[in-house]
Amino acid sequence: MSDALLNLTAAAAAAAIRAGELDPAELFELYRERAAADSLNAFSWLCDGAPDAGFDRSTPLAGVPLGVKDLFCTAGIPTQSGSRILEGYRPPYTATVVERLYAAGATLLGKTHQDEFAMGSSNENCAFGPVLNPWDRTRVPGGSSGGSAAAVAAGLVPWALGTDTGGSIRQPASFCGIVGLKPTYGSCSRYGMIAFASSLDQAGPLTRDVSDSALLFSHMVGQDANDSTSLAFPEPVRMPARRELSGVRLGVPEELLSADSGIDQGVRESFEQTLSLARGLGAVVSPCRLPHAPHALSAYYIVAPAEASANLARFDGVRYGLRVPGNGDLESMYSATRAAGFGPEVKRRIMLGTYALSSGYYDAYYGTALRVRTRIAQDFQRAFEQFDFIVTPTAPGTAFELGAKSSDPLAMYLNDFCTVPMSLAGIPAISIPAGLSEGLPVGFQLAGPAFSENRLLDAAFALEQAIGFDGSPARAGGRA
Amino acid sequence: MVAMLERETVDHVARLARLALSDAETDVMAVELSKILDHIEAIRTLDLDGVEPTSHVIDVVNALRADVPHHSLPRELALASAPDPVDGGFGVPSPGASAQ
Amino acid sequence: MSGAAVEYEPVIGLEIHVQLRTRTKMFCGCELSFGDEPNVHTCPRCLGLPGTLPVVNAQAVHYGIMIGLALGCEIAPRSQFHRKNYFYPDLPKGYQISQYDVPICGPGKLGEVRIHRVHLEEDAAKLVHVGESGRIHGADRSVVDFNRGGTPLAEIVTEPDLHSADEAREWLNLLRTTLRAIGVSDVNMEEGSLRCDANVSVRPLGSDQLGTKTELKNMNSFRFLAQGVKAEIERQTALLRAGEQVQQETLHFDPASGRLTPLRSKEQAHDYRYFPEPDLVPLVVTEAMLERARAELPELPADRAARLERDLGLSGERARELAFRPELGDFYEAALAAGGPQLDAVALANWIPPLVERIGSDADPAGSRVSPSALAALVALVSSRAVSQTAARDVLTLMVQSGDQPATIVEREGLGAIGGDDSGLAQVVAAAIAADPDAAEKVRDGNMKAVGPLVGYVMRETKGRADGGEITRLIREQLGL
Repeated sequence: MSDALLNLTAAAAAAAIRAGELDPAELFELYRERAAADSLNAFSWLCDGAPDAGFDRSTPLAGVPLGVKDLFCTAGIPTQSGSRILEGYRPPYTATVVERLYAAGATLLGKTHQDEFAMGSSNENCAFGPVLNPWDRTRVPGGSSGGSAAAVAAGLVPWALGTDTGGSIRQPASFCGIVGLKPTYGSCSRYGMIAFASSLDQAGPLTRDVSDSALLFSHMVGQDANDSTSLAFPEPVRMPARRELSGVRLGVPEELLSADSGIDQGVRESFEQTLSLARGLGAVVSPCRLPHAPHALSAYYIVAPAEASANLARFDGVRYGLRVPGNGDLESMYSATRAAGFGPEVKRRIMLGTYALSSGYYDAYYGTALRVRTRIAQDFQRAFEQFDFIVTPTAPGTAFELGAKSSDPLAMYLNDFCTVPMSLAGIPAISIPAGLSEGLPVGFQLAGPAFSENRLLDAAFALEQAIGFDGSPARAGGRA
Repeated sequence: MVAMLERETVDHVARLARLALSDAETDVMAVELSKILDHIEAIRTLDLDGVEPTSHVIDVVNALRADVPHHSLPRELALASAPDPVDGGFGVPSPGASAQ
Repeated sequence: MSGAAVEYEPVIGLEIHVQLRTRTKMFCGCELSFGDEPNVHTCPRCLGLPGTLPVVNAQAVHYGIMIGLALGCEIAPRSQFHRKNYFYPDLPKGYQISQYDVPICGPGKLGEVRIHRVHLEEDAAKLVHVGESGRIHGADRSVVDFNRGGTPLAEIVTEPDLHSADEAREWLNLLRTTLRAIGVSDVNMEEGSLRCDANVSVRPLGSDQLGTKTELKNMNSFRFLAQGVKAEIERQTALLRAGEQVQQETLHFDPASGRLTPLRSKEQAHDYRYFPEPDLVPLVVTEAMLERARAELPELPADRAARLERDLGLSGERARELAFRPELGDFYEAALAAGGPQLDAVALANWIPPLVERIGSDADPAGSRVSPSALAALVALVSSRAVSQTAARDVLTLMVQSGDQPATIVEREGLGAIGGDDSGLAQVVAAAIAADPDAAEKVRDGNMKAVGPLVGYVMRETKGRADGGEITRLIREQLGL
């Protein structure tokens, strides 16, 4: 009985609660018990019982539990962004997106672990220990939203919020065999999301299927007076229903799939199989050009660290968070606090970003990167004149073993090769599970023009039905 | 291959960023940053003449706020996470003062 | 070495920070305050809490446009905010949001000084030193108060068009008057709503090259500005005369000692790493925004002074005195209107300083018991010689005290002028001549300065009620001149 309830998607559970067929308190308690027994280190904080306010069956989300990535501020609840420098920090306010989901009836089950300040592709940069991949506990869940992805994949929570800066929703979704949507930049408020790279960060859903993705997203979108860079979503977000792809033009960017792009053989095979399925549904698949896409990673690794170097300057031991006195003088307090509070990857990116902005290097690095960003956006605009969607593998490989890349930052960064171009262009992209390669999930990425989420979700839904992926690592034999 | 970053450069950047690095960390940082910069170097060879920089991907301007007061935080809440609350304020070592 | 000493010319540019008189801060809805308990006007945004984002105050932008228009600046159709990165406890985010390569206002001019630019930014918080410098035990401590943090600022930067400390002070006064008149700021130097830094260099007279400049900070009054700049000009001139070089540095002015001390070079080694603020979208000034700002601009003090001088014949000094204190100018113009076309505008203007003297130098005459029409009536009485200048001053004193009409006071106090054929004034003049024959003799010999004692005698005898001009006329008449 309880397994049947826990196997319901969030949308199905919400519908059952609203129909009076399911007690939201019972569902919440089942998830809470399962999450409390979490052995993946997915959660950074877990609620200790049902909310005082109870559950409102009449709301769209009807009290269905929600996992929230640690970096979303939640009033009075620990919000640490995976960092020692914010250990135990409880903000006095709640992020807009979380407020909106509360208003729609979502109930916070717990906060999920992540790479420190969302910098990482494996969750190994979390100050509170790595999250394990439910498909294989010797492997990483991807990052930075690894806790959310692992929790959803392991059935510890029906769905969860993540954030994506260069692939931080899509890549862990790919590694954990679930659906991850990075929406159009500006469609969801960033207010209350602890910033990594402000011009790239975007909140999005991590869900078991495409319908849940659309449902959660529909309650996240909208302009927010607290975020000047947010926009009104131009149309209502619809539940996807499309079951074929007739006439849909899919572009496969040559530059991202070239022989030297580092994409594994297993991933390529899965990708080709998905393309065949798409053709079977009526899609027209052809090669396309994104000439500057191979340079996206370089531009990203200038822009994101540069913005991060400023965003993380506020962690100075004055108003909140860790303080280490050092020698007792101000300068020493600053440097000692930040040295003790930040992990190696965060320090590396702060250094890189500070260098790229420093006197004499700005034009060479930051100025150049912003121009490459223009070129990349133009490449997509041209491609979308001929194609409805651009499709790629989400990540070059499947989940790798813990520690396999942690000593080589550049190898780690290459994980974002296929996801970063869309981030720089600010366009929406979704990763759906396309199958398994050697027992591990492989993600398939679709990207569309800005604000094309309805069409994108429709196409992803049609493919999802055709692929028929079984999203449970337990049934797939991955759960130890 | 771009030249290795010099230690002095790494020290200077670490000071700008207020990060205390040990000698060993500085050496490792010099190597890692050099590798990353070497990878990034390729974009500097692109022809980008006349290309406008993109600092915002969205086409929005102004987004102004009316000059209307909101409720400020109660002071206890403002100071709730302060490492060194003093006399209703945030205590810090005085700038310019030396501990010696 | 030639004997002729080289003359040096100072070159001065100013950077002025003005706190804008909005209700709320630049990027959040906390109310502006002065002198409140520490940290009672803060929120997640102005404390720089993680996850918060700035949102621009529309009224601050409006004031920025008004300042630009008042200073004759080009208003940028599109400008952007940048992050200026540095660490300091009064800067909660580790960067200040400011404008960099494209400020909201470009080149302009006020008086004879060109404006380089005006940009919008946020103020820092207040750092208060509390700790005893117990250097052995425990460190020296300060406390941050974020009430002021995030107050909207306009930074006004001039070209180096000023050439003396007095010129700098006078021009700053013109700027302050202008900003006060347009209502964008309290412009109070003591409270810090107007702050001024100066860039000072000297060069050989006639040279068109700029010398090495120093930046002077902390001159928080008009007097200190003049003192600081003067001291620095003298210091630099002495250095150059001695064949030494001026070092480019930032100097801190200590009003107590009048000394300028260099800030430590460590504190000057900044690399601000400006880059476009990704949390804010570009600022586009629309025609509607410009129209609204234009509509709210009153006549500017400099324009008003020029008009009073040109149209009413006031001296330049008197015109500026009235125009640069709008409340005086307003009172003056109301009295002028009340007095009708017959009223002597210059004579009326000359009665404003005596009025100010009697009501308190900072008071607004509109709040006094003297109405504009009553002042006009007094001036009319003087012009028609019904009341002497001297008696009129006493009448004014009584007007300020009682609020009565001048004619009422004149009648009640018997202060009407003594004059005319049957007033007996001629007899008093005759008595004066008789009492001081030496003076009379000198006047008769053409020494008009000697008329003083004779007039004084008559004034004493008539208790000031006689008109000075009439007395002189009678003296000349009786001496046969």
